Amino acid sequence: MATIFIDNKPYEVKEGQDLLQACLSLGFNVPYFCWHPAMHSVGACRQCAVKQYKDEADTRGKIVMSCMTPAADGTRISIDDPEAKAFRKGVIEWLMLNHPHDCPVCDEGGECHLQDMTVMTGHSYRRYRFKKRTYRNQYLGPFVNHEMDRCIQCYRCVRFYRDYAGGRDLNVFASHDHVYFGRHEDGILQSEFSGNLVEVCPTGVFTDKTLKKHYTRKWDLQTAPSVCVHCSLGCNTIPGERYGKLRRVSDRYNSEVNGYFLCDRGRFGYEFVNSGRRIPQVLVRPERNVDAIPVSREEVLEHISGVLHFGARVIGIGSPRASLEANFALRSLVGPENYYSGMSEKEHALISSIIKILEKGPARSASLNDVMKSDAVFVLGEDVLNTAPMLGLALRQSVRQRPMEAERRLKIPDWHDAAVRAAMQSERGPLFIATPAGTGIDDIAAGTFRGAPDDIARLGFAVAHELNNELPEVTGLSSKVHGLAKRIADELRNAGRPLIVSGTGCLSEAVIHAAANIAWALCEKGRKAQLCFAMPECNSVGLGFIGGSSIGMALKAADEGRVDAAIVLENDLYRRVDAAQLDRFFDKVKNVIVIDHVFTKTSAKADVILPAGSFAETTGTVINNEGRAQRFYQVFIPGLDIQESRQWLRDMMAASHIPLAGQWKTLDDITAAMTEAIPSLKQVREIAPGATYRETGMRVPRQPHRYSGRTAMFSHFLVHEPKPPEDTDAPFSFSMEGYEGRHPSPLIPRFWSPGWNSVQAVNKFQREINGPLRGGDTGKRLIEPGDIERPAYFTVVPAAFNVHDNEILVVPLYHIFGSEELSVISPGVAELSSKPYLALNPRGLKGTGTKEGEEIKLILNGRTYNLPVKFMSDLPDGVAGLPFGLPGSQWVELPAWGRVNPENADIVQ
Amino acid sequence: MLTEEERKEIRDELKRHAHKQAACVEALKIVQRHRGWVSDEVRDIAELLEMTPDELDGVATFYSQIFRRPAGKHVIRVCDGVSCWVMGYDIVRRHLKVRLGIDAGETSSDGQFTLLPISCLGACNIAPAMMIDDELYGNLTFEKIDGILEKYR
Amino acid sequence: MKKKPLTKNIRPGRGPLTLKEYEKSGGYQAVRKALKMTPQQVQEEVKASNLRGRGGAGFPTGMKWSFVPMGDDAPRPKYFLVNADEMEPGAFKDRLLLEGDPHQVIEGAIVSSYAIQADIAYIFLRWAYKLAEERLARAIAEAYAENYLGKNIMGSDYSLELYLHVSAGRYICGEETALLNAMEGRRAIPRTKPPFPQVCGLWGKPSVVNNTETVCNVPHIISNGAEWFKGLGRSGDGGTKIYGVSGRVNRPGAWELPMGTTIRELLEEHAGGMIDGYKFRGVMPGGGSTDFLVGEHLDVKMDFDSVQKAGSRMGTGTMIVLDDKTCPVGMVHNLEEFFARESCGWCTPCREGLPWLAKILRAIEEGKGEAGDIEILKEHTKLLGPGNTFCAHAPGAVEPLQSALKYFREDFERHIREKRCSYK
Ligand SMILES: Cc1cc2nc3c(=O)[nH]c(=O)nc-3n(C[C@H](O)[C@H](O)[C@H](O)COP(=O)(O)O)c2cc1C
Ligand code: SF4
Ligand code: FES
Repeated sequence: MATIFIDNKPYEVKEGQDLLQACLSLGFNVPYFCWHPAMHSVGACRQCAVKQYKDEADTRGKIVMSCMTPAADGTRISIDDPEAKAFRKGVIEWLMLNHPHDCPVCDEGGECHLQDMTVMTGHSYRRYRFKKRTYRNQYLGPFVNHEMDRCIQCYRCVRFYRDYAGGRDLNVFASHDHVYFGRHEDGILQSEFSGNLVEVCPTGVFTDKTLKKHYTRKWDLQTAPSVCVHCSLGCNTIPGERYGKLRRVSDRYNSEVNGYFLCDRGRFGYEFVNSGRRIPQVLVRPERNVDAIPVSREEVLEHISGVLHFGARVIGIGSPRASLEANFALRSLVGPENYYSGMSEKEHALISSIIKILEKGPARSASLNDVMKSDAVFVLGEDVLNTAPMLGLALRQSVRQRPMEAERRLKIPDWHDAAVRAAMQSERGPLFIATPAGTGIDDIAAGTFRGAPDDIARLGFAVAHELNNELPEVTGLSSKVHGLAKRIADELRNAGRPLIVSGTGCLSEAVIHAAANIAWALCEKGRKAQLCFAMPECNSVGLGFIGGSSIGMALKAADEGRVDAAIVLENDLYRRVDAAQLDRFFDKVKNVIVIDHVFTKTSAKADVILPAGSFAETTGTVINNEGRAQRFYQVFIPGLDIQESRQWLRDMMAASHIPLAGQWKTLDDITAAMTEAIPSLKQVREIAPGATYRETGMRVPRQPHRYSGRTAMFSHFLVHEPKPPEDTDAPFSFSMEGYEGRHPSPLIPRFWSPGWNSVQAVNKFQREINGPLRGGDTGKRLIEPGDIERPAYFTVVPAAFNVHDNEILVVPLYHIFGSEELSVISPGVAELSSKPYLALNPRGLKGTGTKEGEEIKLILNGRTYNLPVKFMSDLPDGVAGLPFGLPGSQWVELPAWGRVNPENADIVQ
Repeated sequence: MLTEEERKEIRDELKRHAHKQAACVEALKIVQRHRGWVSDEVRDIAELLEMTPDELDGVATFYSQIFRRPAGKHVIRVCDGVSCWVMGYDIVRRHLKVRLGIDAGETSSDGQFTLLPISCLGACNIAPAMMIDDELYGNLTFEKIDGILEKYR
Repeated sequence: MKKKPLTKNIRPGRGPLTLKEYEKSGGYQAVRKALKMTPQQVQEEVKASNLRGRGGAGFPTGMKWSFVPMGDDAPRPKYFLVNADEMEPGAFKDRLLLEGDPHQVIEGAIVSSYAIQADIAYIFLRWAYKLAEERLARAIAEAYAENYLGKNIMGSDYSLELYLHVSAGRYICGEETALLNAMEGRRAIPRTKPPFPQVCGLWGKPSVVNNTETVCNVPHIISNGAEWFKGLGRSGDGGTKIYGVSGRVNRPGAWELPMGTTIRELLEEHAGGMIDGYKFRGVMPGGGSTDFLVGEHLDVKMDFDSVQKAGSRMGTGTMIVLDDKTCPVGMVHNLEEFFARESCGWCTPCREGLPWLAKILRAIEEGKGEAGDIEILKEHTKLLGPGNTFCAHAPGAVEPLQSALKYFREDFERHIREKRCSYK
């Protein structure tokens, strides 16, 4: 700890920070622009000036930039000093010289950091009488809008985009007062994280284009804390609604998970909620293969009670994209023995295996924050930027750890970003990536390996063997691969915080086993090795906890004629199982009830379709890849027949007189039942205050107190002000009434503080800058490493991958935009998603005359697919890639051996 | 498209540098020497340097002597540094404007001349001064300017 | 011994000495001598000479070098950079040295590089100096051919590569940390200090940047000793200085004179006094980024401390004279336009403040000045002061303005009052 003096009062602050960070942590209002809590100091904007004094006797002092000055013990500064104040006011005046006076029509208005800082510094009158400069704006793609005239040249955009996120297609151009921030020419921003520009930019240069299309002021948004549903990482979000439409998603700070950022899939994937693919009402199909027709709630429940009559053999198929509570309700309805997790055979096995590894082994699962702090990383089989994008962003930070230690020796403090980068240059810490195809973070890797899943696993086992020679040896490795294994092992062994990243992307259990072996071997050596597995969906781990068996078992039961009715919960089975098999399943099962929020191939087969709430219209819990259970809250009340899945299930139970139902009034009731039935979920009860939580007798308002039009919003069809609906599941109100003070962290509906209307307000909610939220970060880790003597190492090393004559091993490839089911319904994501293709190494096509883009026949599991060829020159010999889940593609069991254009070509290797 | 000659010169330049990016200003200058300015070749140059066009252009547009717009056959840089200003820069500039029929920053319609005001040429002892292409001219007078321009017509 | 070591070989109207001729006049002896000394001894000698940087700030050169990590475990490669960017308005003294005696620059670079055990040296040359470029290139080739550069120089175990880098324009490139970024092929934005370039410079490695004139002094100090060097000057700062005068004087030019020569001597004796019909009103003693001095300062000695005491800076030592027929407002406007245009665009005060100043000055000059303009100008001279901006560009930029407001305030007021410039 260091003692610093601010306006003559002593304060204790943490050592090793800059003064700005220290002041903000202490709660002082020091204005800033170029500084960013995650990107630290560069001293460009000069807004954070304070007066510094040498000692007590020094009365003159000198102006310093607080962000560029260490908060060293004994530092004396004044924030209130008139000269410092005048200078800060001067900086705003300069920034406003050319800034358009378009606040009333600016998308940023009302949550603009520049507005806030202008008010904070007291600059209010214009003295500049000359012409303002203007710029041409650029088209930057479907997500981000560009309005350069508003730029205040804080350089944050390029610093985030390039330095932090590794993007290379946005830059600063020209010089002096003509500097321009944008692209070399109009075009779609290539970074997976471009949307963060919207929050990083302190004014309205980069704004959310999806919001623009259905614009609403920030103060008119109804919001609630939420969790992203578009991958397994569980980034925390704040979705905002107005007039029954979701308007945008912004970041919700969580120091352990996503920090200040989101990926573009998470930020812009929300529009599926407003889409035409939503199921608006209850539909019943009078008979198979005819259109479903709307019926009333009562009718459908009566119909269902008939289906679920006593003695009927009803199964439930759950879903890794539905909440724990919804899945548990389904399980309760059908009974645990009739509940299936809704995951494919393989998915099911992989997830169980991962959970076991994390629970029973000595290696802890890493949060994204842990990932950022790792100083040596080995990635096995996972294309993280496409399957768990924010993990890729975290890895980009991890490679700075090792070089940063060298910089500390040069006495360059971590927060001195410009100096750190000047000293670091292109140096990177050890990150090794072993995947079937190239990844978007290969540029920061110290070594890459391309191989079939089995070969990736073998490399992993070889690394584990290097670390502990009692572990199985991998024979027959080339000396090059052997050398790589040695190198990786050395780097991991020498690291302070080594990390092994893997996941379900390769669909290979061997890869996951190899990852576990490495981490465990390191742990046994006394290293604090961590594991980070990417998984397919937002609640994949949650389903692992709930149990049940795979879809395959459900199909088998149906095949054996043991199923009269099936309830499918928020799950498009056609994305997980072979279509023919499913078609057979639907033929066999006479009554299929689908509860979902979007129409899918599965709902097209259903006899009864029940409209469920999307994440924004429901409250529930999901467990992310780290094992962190997190609560998301209903943001708004959906219209029409839509209600939460678990409510449909409860209603079905009530209608069919299933006893439990009577006791479940609220989410808390279900949670209580669930945690009783599944003790490993016990802590879910503690992740957030229950629905009865009140502060001074009041709820937490979903609407900010500046919310406008409340009394007029519905005046075109209702002259009375309607009574706001009651929320029985959560301690939130659907209105602006409620407690306006500090809330427990899981209940923070938005970041706002007097004088801080922009996203920067988060500093008022943190215990200290970059620390946890006051009251602790949200979520509870349900998985901690086991306390075992010796880990149960995996001993089976797969055989080396053998290139087959005339056959090719097809492995899955992933797309951040396109591979995920829900986000791709959003127009912007759809625009960026790829068309189905088959990726082949051009080397293997030599002599066949096949050109890129040409259609090719792929024969897989006896079925033929016609796909355009995409050349991917880093695919290993004998391996092809098939993108997963793209619209217009069919599910295929992978990896699998296939044949390409068999009639006219041999696959020559 | 870069010519083979330009490519070769850039590759030769690259040999001198441990870091490819360090050669980028020189690479831009090479192309400018051949063409008078740098247009969409930015892409090709960037590729040779393993930079993105955005990265290279960020550098190219920073420096005043890399032209990203077409320039005339001869570039006349009139020094507007303070010594030249004291010694009659204004008159020199106005005279050139009349003679060439173009304003500062413009190129004559026949593509012969581009007129650029330029910060101090380091020729303060012979102010007012100007530079045409690589040639420096000092102690300028109307007659002298007319005579010099003749050489380039 | 020679009184004008720096310019003794410079022959107006004729090309520079070839390597052989340069050797004959005693050239490259300092390299031979230095190679027999330890790097520390070379550093010590320069330190003892009290050579102060000629780039404008007057930082003691020996001291600058002493921060470079030495010894076997020092980070490698180390770099030495000759700052030949010279873009200060009114400055042309480095050009004289670069064109007139390129081998002297090269020899200086070799000895200085040896002193810090640099592996690679660069001469960062201003784009406009075409003649210097040609001559330096030739001289470097000659030096390589004679093994003054390259591997194992003169049979020693010291090796040095020296390259010429020609800038692509921008005043800010001359700022030593911006120069590093320029060398790396980046936008020439300054870096903050600390960390100092000596520890973390080019490509993150130890680097020293010295002005051309500074570097040219080094071989002479090594050859003739620190005491000799100190004896050359007329005041505490040792050595000679290349002074220049431009403006409406009879013989504008540059001369090598003892450090501490007075302004009056320079103006009257060397520059031949004011042209007939023009009267002296003021002078910027060290280039466009230094405060005006006026008649009462004519007897100030041109050395770092004396000029500072008089309220300005010696800067580059190349002075620009303001006469009575030239409008001080116009002159300052010209300068501020320059500085505004040459701002790198990184920090707010400089990027936005300087163009505002330029616009106000233009308005005043065009008769569109308003009450309150002078207040804004004055305020800016404080707001853009040292420490408030990221680098020294903006503080330098407001120096002429702040002193013009002090000495020629009446001119500003008259412009605004009469709504015209009375010099036109
Ligand atoms: C805006 C700015 C421009 C500068 N331009 C030059 C220059 O053109 N030449 C130069 O030698 N020093 C220039 N300097 C000074 C350098 O930063 C640096 O101090 C100098 O090169 C060090 O050399 P010295 O120690 O030998 O004086 C400039 C400084 C600033 C702030
Ligand atoms: S003062 Fe600021 S904007 Fe001006 S040149 Fe220095 S860093 Fe760049
Ligand atoms: S926040 Fe400190 S200079 Fe920008």
